[in-house]
Amino acid sequence: MEYEEAKQKIVEGLTKKLKTKSKFYFNDLAEILGEKPREAKKVINKLVEQGVLEYWSSGSTSMYGLTGTGKQASAEHED
Amino acid sequence: MAKHQTPMLDQLETGPWPSFVSDIKRQAEFRKNNQGKVNYQIPVDACDDLLGVLELSYKHGRTHWKHGGIVGVFGYGGGVIGRYCDQPEKFPGVAHFHTMRVSQPAGKFYTSDYLKKLCDLWDMRGSGITNMHGSTGDIIFLGTTTAQLEEVFFELTHTFNQDLGGSGSNLRTPSDCVGQARCEFACYDTQAICHDLTNEYQDELHRPAFPYKFKFKFDGCPNCCVASIARSDMSFIGTWRDDIRVDQKAVAAYVGGELKPNAGAHAGRNWGKFDIQKEVVALCPTGCMRYEGGKLEINNRECTRCMHCINVMPRALRIGNDRGLSILVGAKAPILDGAQMGTLLVPFISAEPPYTEIKETVIEPIWDWWMEEGKNRERLGELIKRQGFGKLLEVTGFKPDPRMVKEPRSNPYIFWKEEEVEGGWERDVNEFRKYHQR
Repeated sequence: MEYEEAKQKIVEGLTKKLKTKSKFYFNDLAEILGEKPREAKKVINKLVEQGVLEYWSSGSTSMYGLTGTGKQASAEHED
Repeated sequence: MAKHQTPMLDQLETGPWPSFVSDIKRQAEFRKNNQGKVNYQIPVDACDDLLGVLELSYKHGRTHWKHGGIVGVFGYGGGVIGRYCDQPEKFPGVAHFHTMRVSQPAGKFYTSDYLKKLCDLWDMRGSGITNMHGSTGDIIFLGTTTAQLEEVFFELTHTFNQDLGGSGSNLRTPSDCVGQARCEFACYDTQAICHDLTNEYQDELHRPAFPYKFKFKFDGCPNCCVASIARSDMSFIGTWRDDIRVDQKAVAAYVGGELKPNAGAHAGRNWGKFDIQKEVVALCPTGCMRYEGGKLEINNRECTRCMHCINVMPRALRIGNDRGLSILVGAKAPILDGAQMGTLLVPFISAEPPYTEIKETVIEPIWDWWMEEGKNRERLGELIKRQGFGKLLEVTGFKPDPRMVKEPRSNPYIFWKEEEVEGGWERDVNEFRKYHQR
């Protein structure tokens, strides 16, 4: 999948769900892209590198979110 | 005079064991005095505030740390764990108190000079508090601010030739025993494979795409000094295919008392004369040994590599010469589901560089399966339980083997498929009813 197409899918997919959640598992992103995990990882890595997505980690689990959304307030369910 | 009163923490110092409270107090004092004139890059009173926030947590009976966070170094999705305090006005020194995991050297070999410099770095750019080592084996740096993360990472990679370790839904820092560097029981070079796989799987270590954590651990022999069988999703345990080498003269020397059993490890108390029958032969879990007429015999086909006899008489009994390793999968600690020990998947595989067979027939097919089928936060062992061991054999292509059965008379979780059974599942109901009433 082309980078721009993937970016659009991810940004739209995640923005749509922003009201209910701001952090997503890797598998959620792979599902939005409709790709197998290994393929999805390539484009997701690039989205992180370009600053479209950012990592969130509890220490044991990693999640992804659109850069600048969520932050700590979301982690504490305050928004 | 301490910055915060900590009566409850003080009680923890009164026990007979070493206290982390005393350690942190000492570090707080060390930072305040700053005899080394360190140019501290995070608040000097970070350790005082750490004690203060912990005391408050004890008072309230709940934590004052927020859950995780968005911190890391550029391009890495692991190795840094964001920790933010929810009382930053009261405890500004720990408003940010992030953890950094540093990949430990294979076998945990250091020079004292390296350790001193590592501590100097952390004194300047962090709290100075370390955990040597975390349960995955990493060097853990506890407590720094967001601004210092890239600085520490730069120093580690440029000055120390060192990398961050794994955290989150990544491959965690692979960990190994000291191996052939110091141990004659090691059946393969644990450090070599640990180093090789760490380099090979850098992307898996630093960029999270797994359903949850994944751990490799390498034990050179079944003594399992890094407890890989209990703690790693994929456990590599050294073994041999031929016979235990027996030196009958040395056996006689143990029996005669010239050689001390367990290399003299139990010398602190008088255990009486060494009794080979009672202390070795009778303790063999499969009863595969016999000592008669001054000769020790082993039925090697029945040996399960428990290592007891070799541990007791290391000069007389040695590991075989045809060496490699066994791979077990699915061990984990009890976070979501209960604790699980590893289950044998590969009874024997060669452990020679570049480890292509291990990578291509074991690790990568398993990861592909787990990445596609694993639920969020599901460990490999839980997926094996959910979909069955037969499915794991299907994805890896290994043939079922009696040694894979975890325990007899319970569900070995290998199921037949219709095409594997002569005649399939279809049957003549009328013929069946002739012999079986409804």
